Amino acid sequence: MTDFFKLHFFIPLGIVLALIIIPYVGYMANLQLVLGIVIPYLAVLIFLEGLIYRVIKWARSPVPFRIPTTCAQHRSLPWLKKSLGDKLDNPETTLQVIGRMALEVLFFRSLFRNLTTKLRRPADHPEDAKLFYWSYKWLWLGAIAFHYTFLIVLLRHLRFFTETTPGFVQTIEHVDGWFQIFQPTVYLTGIILLVALTYLLGRRVYNPSMRYISLASDYFPLFLILAIGTTGVLMRYFFKVDITAVKQLALGWVTFKPTVPAGIGVIFYIHLFLVSVLFMYFPFSKLLHMAGVFLSPTRNLASNNRWVRHINPWNYPVKFHPYIEHENKYRQAMKEVGLPVEKE
Amino acid sequence: MAKIPTPEEVSNISFQPPAKGWMDTKPEFKEGCYCNAASPKWVEWLEYPFPRNWSVRDADWKLPPNWKEIILEGFEDRLGRFRTLKLFMDICVRCGACSDKCQFFIGSGDPKNMPVLRAELMRSIYRRYFTTAGKVLGKLAGARPLTEDVIKEWYYYLYQCSECRRCSVFCPYGIDMADLTILGREMLSSIGLNIEWTMASVGSCYETVGHIGATPQAYKDMIDFFAEENERVTGIYTNVTYNRKGAEILFIVPSGDYFADPGTFNYMGYLLLFEYLGLDYTISTYAAEGGNFGYFMSHEMGKRLNAKFYEEAKRLGVKWILGGECGHMWRVCNQYMSTWNGPADFLEEPVSPITGTKFENAKNHKMVHISEFTADLIKHGKLKLDPSRNAHIKLTYHDSCNPSRGMGLFEEPRYIIKNVVPEGNFIEMPPNTIREKTFCCGSGSGFNGDEYLEMRFRGGFPRANAVRYVRDKYGVNHLACICAIDRAVFPPLMDYWVPGMDVIGVSEMVGNALVFPNEMERTTDLRDRPLVGYEEAEEEEGGETE
Repeated sequence: MTDFFKLHFFIPLGIVLALIIIPYVGYMANLQLVLGIVIPYLAVLIFLEGLIYRVIKWARSPVPFRIPTTCAQHRSLPWLKKSLGDKLDNPETTLQVIGRMALEVLFFRSLFRNLTTKLRRPADHPEDAKLFYWSYKWLWLGAIAFHYTFLIVLLRHLRFFTETTPGFVQTIEHVDGWFQIFQPTVYLTGIILLVALTYLLGRRVYNPSMRYISLASDYFPLFLILAIGTTGVLMRYFFKVDITAVKQLALGWVTFKPTVPAGIGVIFYIHLFLVSVLFMYFPFSKLLHMAGVFLSPTRNLASNNRWVRHINPWNYPVKFHPYIEHENKYRQAMKEVGLPVEKE
Repeated sequence: MAKIPTPEEVSNISFQPPAKGWMDTKPEFKEGCYCNAASPKWVEWLEYPFPRNWSVRDADWKLPPNWKEIILEGFEDRLGRFRTLKLFMDICVRCGACSDKCQFFIGSGDPKNMPVLRAELMRSIYRRYFTTAGKVLGKLAGARPLTEDVIKEWYYYLYQCSECRRCSVFCPYGIDMADLTILGREMLSSIGLNIEWTMASVGSCYETVGHIGATPQAYKDMIDFFAEENERVTGIYTNVTYNRKGAEILFIVPSGDYFADPGTFNYMGYLLLFEYLGLDYTISTYAAEGGNFGYFMSHEMGKRLNAKFYEEAKRLGVKWILGGECGHMWRVCNQYMSTWNGPADFLEEPVSPITGTKFENAKNHKMVHISEFTADLIKHGKLKLDPSRNAHIKLTYHDSCNPSRGMGLFEEPRYIIKNVVPEGNFIEMPPNTIREKTFCCGSGSGFNGDEYLEMRFRGGFPRANAVRYVRDKYGVNHLACICAIDRAVFPPLMDYWVPGMDVIGVSEMVGNALVFPNEMERTTDLRDRPLVGYEEAEEEEGGETE
């Protein structure tokens, strides 16, 4: 275990443990008002302001060159037809760019290409070293499973924010809970979320290359979301809290008449506090890739340089070697071999 | 020159990272794996800052006293000018998808050649000086102070990235190491750290004819020689005009095609094609270098060299530009040229004078790729081709990085190949090693120097390995490509990993197959190798002269 790993793994782990203890202590000190109202409001405020600030900060830097990564045939001769896939992997119109971005954002298109590389070098035939590349979809699957279950879990929480649960939330709950063996209904997404997170954490720890590159800022969100998921599961299935009171609290937030109903268990406040920390941390972390992917110039531009000029706002004149200097240098020799010149 | 380890030694690659963390591991400048420092002569010539004699192996790189300020100011300035830099510094999640996609990582096992970590070499500095978390938390936030060792590390690893963009294909956010490498190299250049091969090539391209520093008269000699060679082999003299005003087309190729084999055979192929068509074209002694070595050191130098294209097209009054087979030249011409030096409104939308095809896709930058041009001719039945003249060539095709991932030129060369070689002679390499997933030759972006040979062979290992696969399985004996750097560096790479593999340009095979009405009987290809069915005649002839 390297010092580098210890630093980047255990410190965020310790911080997340501390983040669990803080609301516990706060609850014991009767600070429900702070935990239930002040911090959540602050978190949402920081989340929104931070997000806007960061996106504006990125957007203020111009895109001097149109440099999409072209992953399929370009537009060329009319009889070289591009398939739909080609159009999405090397888009040439705005619509196709939207398609490429949709694939990227909704289906993690680029990650889907993932390969694994293996070198096989028989000890008795070292000259026969061979490289192999296999499709490797586990990372894609883990990422998709994590992001989508997280989204569904988030959407399910909407039931707390409206008087009557919206239809689509009911549908989600219905589908999510089809596996009705236990009481209360077990939501599959909650389980998948925790499994996917464990996979994403596990590969960082067990794969030597991943462990070598992983930073505290990679482990911290994993620990944090694992803690959020775990407290959520505990609350739902084991340490029940008063759901009506929770809903009353949530409705208070959205109607801007916040009150703290009595009788909500400490586990809820821990869960809520961790979520608040996630919201506050979000705009200042790598989690911002959610917004960043939309701005990525290698993905969000049409590959149309050859027929539409791209303007660089800071393009400046440069010193170059003009033709006449070329001729001045070589005029005599050029004339001798019969090369045309401007000045005799 | 350093002793080159054997292929058995080089392929003994460990992917186990070292026990110490990467921030505590200093780069080890291993002979054969770094590029030499640029001599002051070139730096002065190009008016770049801090020309001086220094050596990579020295402990003291004689950096200017305020080097740190220059780097940090340069970093800040670029964060403000390039959204790519700003975004790519912030959004990487270190998922590792890129890690084993880089041929330099695969070939060396050095974890800092994983694109993610190569980028972290820069990100760690960004965090320390431009983010609050990095300033406050330091190492815990993945930040580290800027020291001379960091600069040395940048130099070592940014010159082990060939700007091929393979990682950016696999990155879920499209983070493009090539862009970071370009910007990092710009910053290195701003404190006088440049590599000799690139700087010498840029200096030569800037004032002379092409990267080898030829004079116009020598250049004319070389190309006239190809015309004579064509006459000797085919009976057709291929007339060339130089700097001719009023020609319809200006033809620009990378200098590799006129200065060294096997590129020269490709040039013979171009000339035969144009002679066959009676094309109204000219070539220039001024815009005589298609390759843009400036792009390997900075955006600005790329622009300074590229300016010659439109300048010359304007002076000669041509209608449009035809470009030869070159890799990064086409990335530059596709993604940068018109932004840098356009609008080219003094040129016309390219139209093929033979087929009438309008190249609407090139109506802005007014430049057509020779493969597009030739494929169009073949499709319209304008070329009489005899594929049996390439029957001795069983080939596979290497997609060069830049036309692949910086343009999307995949089908045209394949279409040409299928029409100029007999059916069954064209074999693709495995799908994960071609097209947008193609591997670099290992020597792109300024790595042609001989002092760098071991790293070139390491970086070229994945490509060579795929070539060896089709050789062993299908008996492939030629590696075709549409890039001059490929043609320059593949021969030694193939000798090292896949002995017996010849390297060939696509236009050379067109030249072989092209049937002129008044030609003499062909018994050899453009390289004087006997055609299938004429092997004995050659031997007899050889016997007579002995």
